[in-house]
Amino acid sequence: MRTPLRPSHPLSRRGLLSGALSSAALLAGGGVLAGCGTKGAQQTETGCVSEDLSGTEKVLNFSNWPQYMDVDEADESKRPTLDAFQSSTGIKVTYTEDVNDNNEFFGKVQNQLAGCQATGRDIMVLTDWMAARMIRLGWVQKLDPAKIPNVQANLLPSLRNRSFDPENRIAIPWQSGLAGLAYNGKVAKEIRTVDELLTRPDLKGKVTALSEMRDTMGLLLQSNGHDPANFTAAQFDDALAKLKRAVDSGQIRRFTGNDYAPELAKGDIAACVAWSGDVIQLSAEDDKIQFVTPDSGVMLYSDNMLVPNKATHKGNAEALMNYYFEPKVAAQLAAYVNYICPVQGAKAEMEKIDPELAANPLIFPDEAMLSKSKVFMALTEEQERSYESKFQQVIGA
Amino acid sequence: MTLLARVPANPAPVAPLRRGRYPLLPYLLLLPGAAWLLVFFGLPLVQLAATSLYDPAGSLATGYAMTWAVDNYPAALQAYWPQFSRSFLYAGIATVLALLMGYPLAYAIALKAGRWKNLLLVCVIAPMFTSFLVRTLAWKTILSDNGWLVGLLRDVHLLDADGRLLATPVAVVLGLTYNFLPFLVLPLYASLERLDYRLLEAASDLYASPVGAFRRVTLPLSMPGLIAGTLLFFIPASGDYINAELLGTPNEYMIGNVIDSAFLVRLDYPQGAALSFLLMAAVLAVVFVYLRRAGTEEVL
Repeated sequence: MRTPLRPSHPLSRRGLLSGALSSAALLAGGGVLAGCGTKGAQQTETGCVSEDLSGTEKVLNFSNWPQYMDVDEADESKRPTLDAFQSSTGIKVTYTEDVNDNNEFFGKVQNQLAGCQATGRDIMVLTDWMAARMIRLGWVQKLDPAKIPNVQANLLPSLRNRSFDPENRIAIPWQSGLAGLAYNGKVAKEIRTVDELLTRPDLKGKVTALSEMRDTMGLLLQSNGHDPANFTAAQFDDALAKLKRAVDSGQIRRFTGNDYAPELAKGDIAACVAWSGDVIQLSAEDDKIQFVTPDSGVMLYSDNMLVPNKATHKGNAEALMNYYFEPKVAAQLAAYVNYICPVQGAKAEMEKIDPELAANPLIFPDEAMLSKSKVFMALTEEQERSYESKFQQVIGA
Repeated sequence: MTLLARVPANPAPVAPLRRGRYPLLPYLLLLPGAAWLLVFFGLPLVQLAATSLYDPAGSLATGYAMTWAVDNYPAALQAYWPQFSRSFLYAGIATVLALLMGYPLAYAIALKAGRWKNLLLVCVIAPMFTSFLVRTLAWKTILSDNGWLVGLLRDVHLLDADGRLLATPVAVVLGLTYNFLPFLVLPLYASLERLDYRLLEAASDLYASPVGAFRRVTLPLSMPGLIAGTLLFFIPASGDYINAELLGTPNEYMIGNVIDSAFLVRLDYPQGAALSFLLMAAVLAVVFVYLRRAGTEEVL
């Protein structure tokens, strides 16, 4: 009879125990070595000085979100507006779509920027609150207003003087969007208010909200009659309690990033908190899917171009920003990406390209729409941590 | 992960036969792996341990002071014990389900499949050729409210007219079961494949019923594979966060989701690190108890 093979190094309880104990000892020893803590990541303009080599180096490294740049329909590798910029200025742009998530991107560049080192990027595009954090940490460079005259002239008034960039010279909006409500008419009746979303019985378990705190909480604050651009901790807690009731009752199915879009299209989600850009794209394919701007108000957010510390082509970056604030170029871009165009005067240009898009208030918001939209207030690090923790507790993590 | 920790700490005993000729050889062979583990596992672990003891009042901007804040541990546990217990509950149920499916599968492949053996093995492994994320997203489509599966279950009244699978604990447990099944099947297969069929013949010659032969011969001989398989299944399942994130709701979030959010969203590094260590400690504790109860010294 063959004896079953006996492995020569069995993993045993004793082996596991002694392994675990010696690892613990190693850790304790190492802990002493690492016991000095970490340095602060805050940088100052004098402490972390960046050099600008734009005069001699005609290159620019541009990190942006996917599908955020116009491409030639016949040849996906051609980007008409960007190509025109390259040929008119001679600046060679390396365009990388490597921003998929603000938090994830923060993790990617955090160690370099905290240590005042180069990230290899001259422009990165980040959402308001992440831009605010970068500014607060002193991780981005101030731009020269004289070199971006188009921005100074054409930036949409509702995007000027934002609390994290009062002089409009650090974070330059690339595209903007609205956070409001959306519903799928195939599975639900029209929805008008945030309260309906959170309480209507026929939507129970078929509702999602965004895991982006500022968008979801901004809408809730507004539905309580408070101003997301200026609110107190007690008002925040009120709005959060309202959200918690909807989570506890099972009304809210889950919290999402962009991934709500396919589920809304399929009808697994009947109604949700949504971003206008996504919903425009969905309703182009299925007109039952509609974006709703509740009367209590919507949230206006932007993705902003920032020049990180130690980026060596600030001048080239400014040239690009200035170029994209020419109304004609902005209209060309907006015709492709369908977000809110932050450039005044682009609407007139768009009428020449596509009058239907020019009339769309979700791309060129009218006065009525703009008066309903708010930008979430800039938070201090302490506020951000406290609000974000409370919010994460409610959304389950 | 925890199982690997013993390797650098406890150089495995080597066969003493030829020690005279190349006394250093075993250590040289150990060197690449040990160095790898030290640099990419040992040191980060030390860093993580230190982080878990930083002053929780610190922040990214101001830096963290090392205050040996042991309180981070009870505080983290108190805030997130529901997610902790949920992780082990879901991983436990998934392990049992996977065992119920995986044992017959491994048995059939090892002993009954004949020339189909390799094909079936490839079928077990093939899903691993695509990304974990893609497989889980596929489950979203399968379990969708308007999908055929939910429709079928509603038609036969296993689900209410407005019942659903997606965004329920059932979906998360099913996802875990599916995603980690190969980790359980492969070790089981390896140990069943070594089974000497003549032992079963002898058992039946000695008047053992088929059930008796299974219980007294097959099962004990497959025990090492069974234990290794369940551990390889349970450990990653309890730390998983993708399934809860994509197939569940906030009410199904597991401890992995909390750690993810502590590091990436809330930027509460001491708490995230403390939770990671608590997870490791809890997994180790479960493994100890399990190995003790399973009553075997040898696992692999």
